[in-house]
Amino acid sequence: MSDLNQIIDQPRHVCSLGGLQSVLAIERAIPILHAGPGCGQKLWGALGTQNGGQGSGYAGGHTVPCTNATERDVIFGATDKLRRVIENTFKVLDTDFHVVLTGCTSDIVGDDVGEVVRSFQDEGRKIVWAETGGFKGSNLIGHELVLSAIFEQYLKPAEEKIDGLVNIWAVVPYHDPFWTGVYDELAKLVGAIGLTPNIIFGPHRGIPALDLVPAAQFNLLISPWVGRKAVKQLEESFGTPYLHLPVLPIGPTETGKFLRTVGQYAGVPSTKVEEVIAKNEDHYYHYIERSAEVLLETRFLPRRFTVVADATYALALSRFLVNDLALIPNRQYIVDGAPDYEHEAVLENFKDLGEGLGADVLITPDGGAVQADIRKTVFRSRPLILGSSWERVLSKEINGYSLSVAMPVSDRLVFDRSYVGYTGGLRLVEDIYSAILADFQ
Amino acid sequence: MNKIDIAHNQVQTRENRLGAITGYVGTIGDLNTLAGGCGAQNKDRGFSQASACSSGCCQGQLCSIQNVVVIDHAAIGCAGSAIANNANFKGGARLRGLEYSNVRIVSTNLLERDTVFGATAKLRDTIVQAFERYQPDAIFVTTSCVSGIIGEDIPGVLEDLRGSLPIPLVPAFCEGFKSKVWASGFDSAFHAVLHGLVQPPRQPEKNNKVNFVNFRGSARKEIIRTFAKLGVEPTFLLQFATVEELRRVSEARATVSICGTLGSYFGNALEQQYGVPYIKTEQPHGIKGYSNWLRSLGKFLEKEAEVEEHLAEEEQRTRQELTELRNKLRGKTAVVGMGPSFGHNFTRVLEELEVNVVWAATWHFDQNYDHGDIPESTKRLASENPNLGTSVGDQQNYEVVNLLTKLKPDLYVTRHGGSSVWSTKMGIATHMLTDEFTAFGYGGLVNFGNILVDKLTNRALAKRLAERIKLPYTSWWLEQDSFSYIQDEAC
Repeated sequence: MSDLNQIIDQPRHVCSLGGLQSVLAIERAIPILHAGPGCGQKLWGALGTQNGGQGSGYAGGHTVPCTNATERDVIFGATDKLRRVIENTFKVLDTDFHVVLTGCTSDIVGDDVGEVVRSFQDEGRKIVWAETGGFKGSNLIGHELVLSAIFEQYLKPAEEKIDGLVNIWAVVPYHDPFWTGVYDELAKLVGAIGLTPNIIFGPHRGIPALDLVPAAQFNLLISPWVGRKAVKQLEESFGTPYLHLPVLPIGPTETGKFLRTVGQYAGVPSTKVEEVIAKNEDHYYHYIERSAEVLLETRFLPRRFTVVADATYALALSRFLVNDLALIPNRQYIVDGAPDYEHEAVLENFKDLGEGLGADVLITPDGGAVQADIRKTVFRSRPLILGSSWERVLSKEINGYSLSVAMPVSDRLVFDRSYVGYTGGLRLVEDIYSAILADFQ
Repeated sequence: MNKIDIAHNQVQTRENRLGAITGYVGTIGDLNTLAGGCGAQNKDRGFSQASACSSGCCQGQLCSIQNVVVIDHAAIGCAGSAIANNANFKGGARLRGLEYSNVRIVSTNLLERDTVFGATAKLRDTIVQAFERYQPDAIFVTTSCVSGIIGEDIPGVLEDLRGSLPIPLVPAFCEGFKSKVWASGFDSAFHAVLHGLVQPPRQPEKNNKVNFVNFRGSARKEIIRTFAKLGVEPTFLLQFATVEELRRVSEARATVSICGTLGSYFGNALEQQYGVPYIKTEQPHGIKGYSNWLRSLGKFLEKEAEVEEHLAEEEQRTRQELTELRNKLRGKTAVVGMGPSFGHNFTRVLEELEVNVVWAATWHFDQNYDHGDIPESTKRLASENPNLGTSVGDQQNYEVVNLLTKLKPDLYVTRHGGSSVWSTKMGIATHMLTDEFTAFGYGGLVNFGNILVDKLTNRALAKRLAERIKLPYTSWWLEQDSFSYIQDEAC
């Protein structure tokens, strides 16, 4: 079925206006919504509150300025109202950077938002705008639209590149409830081999990090498809080359590969890289060895696994479970609304997951269809289902073990942990086995 | 007062029907006087923060009915609230000891092309697919800003399908831009139930059911026990009601509601259409609210003696504890911030515990309910405490934070997601009512009093946060008058 007629049951993503959360991920930046009154609440509910318990933080949630479109606004347009809300945002809120995002109402009516925002840019305000009407696609597309707007309308070329400085672009903030931990761990890994990571998302980074983006030696994109446009744009605008790695590294096998690839690309001596890998593998295997009894001898262990997640986690988790836990993939499900033109490249990654194993993959945003497909599967042991909180009910029905790891994760609270790297691999093994052990006790 | 018309497929917004407003600042006495002539003019704002919309409330109510599907004819983001609704639905199952399941909200996923060419074929296809997938007892179609602006003929699609699908197919109109009052979405949901499911009573004799409109039903067991003393059984609505139960609500002895905002449209519609009396007293929170509510119900059921006996027992059972609680709470100051029905009722409830409410902020205000009268809770506050400062705003946090900075109450008592966060960050002991049966009756009032005492006893988290955290507002704003952005509405 072409994605133009695709229905969505049990949403695992929201609409492009969900890019508002990517703005909130930049410290002291704030979105200004030119949208209906309920858009914000629905979107931060799905991507935030109901996804790892990520709340409003400094200025999110009901603090976000919004024109709250009325019937009058959709008939007569509302650019004057938008101008007033922007002007007063500067007075009322203590924030450093502003991104105006439009919703369906404004985009259909055709308000000239660019004209309004340009007048503030001309006054020297740090403000940009992105057309993110919900019908344009998923929040992952919205994330790309927000980045593109910031790059194009705000960034200035650097006077000179800084040696060893690497911009890291990976998971989509908030959509991935583990995003803060993911970026922290990626920064640690890249820093460990002697490079200087630069990340705009997360605490203590913000606008100073954003301002450094054009000065990086290269852009590192870790994602199967989201963010490709962003790194290409940075290449075109600032001549910064990029390294694109589809696999978010979880556990020793992929993290080792990751460090070697990045090290080689950046010209880090391999002795340095191997030293870092050896030290971290020691740490990882100490615990795996220590808990081998539980890992191997617990009753009713799963042998096969199913991931229902965005392309990033479907790939990353599959690789880890195959290579480091020796499980065998059932069909995998990518539910992030990846556009048609990305499918071929995404599927290519699953042909060889390691150990001579590949996985069959179904790409559809329709969670109901995914669950119907899983119900038809014959399982010969209790399956491990890594998905979202939508999979809790299904998992119980088919006698599986479930762990919510992908949006929406409404049944867990997530702070600064992640599954990335060596320690992340340990966290994931802990979580999977805790789910198994708690299942019968 | 206009008669409710359930034959028509949609209900007017609260602004148009009830003179509902989202902008006001003054006293409760003045608000009540203005409401008497429906004379409170709505106000606009020069600055506004993201609020909430009808679609969220409407979907939330409809998807909680057992074995139904809600088709959201919208871009995918409008179905984002499905996730919170699912958590609520599972919570409801847990309260009832039921096996949990997922809510069924299916989005037609409107895309750019659909805004140009329309998407009625897609809607039709989605309905058919959802029917095949779930075999539901009814399908509701909720609308959106997009479907509204591009003028989708939803009733036409449903009419075409009626011959081929053997279940009720019901539209629920809840476009976000049409109302600033998200509670208009409650009316959309209840209207869809009235228009598409409820049937005329089958026999002249009433059954022994009382329709109980509520959210999650945490006090079900207590209510079943109490109602048994009056010879009736509650039917809890809408969460976990079956389609068959909803068809029969016209046969009930009466309708009551835990919340005037939630239930007054449904209650009045059943009264006007089928003669099922709707209990129009204050909400059954605190002693005054509960007593008047139960007495009013008892009168309709001709069980006045049983009611008096029950109330006397309850009074006796809780007297001592309530006295102790009042001694602990006497003289504490509080600000209330809630929806209008809860807000005005809880202002009274706090006064029953001898807490001194210094301001009542509500997220909207209905000048009249559908029976043509000012809410009882507002009338009582206006007569007992006419000078109480009152404001109306659609959860405009910048006003509330500014107000709390100036009033510095001991307590902020609130309702609605996200409302407790900012006051806590300011170091104020805060309680958000997540359970609508908080302070329900005598026992509930004791529980509520204990909650407040506990909140006041250990304020550590609020204190620590306030020491550490900077509010997102400029010092300029916090020095302004709290309501200085309120202005006359543009016409």
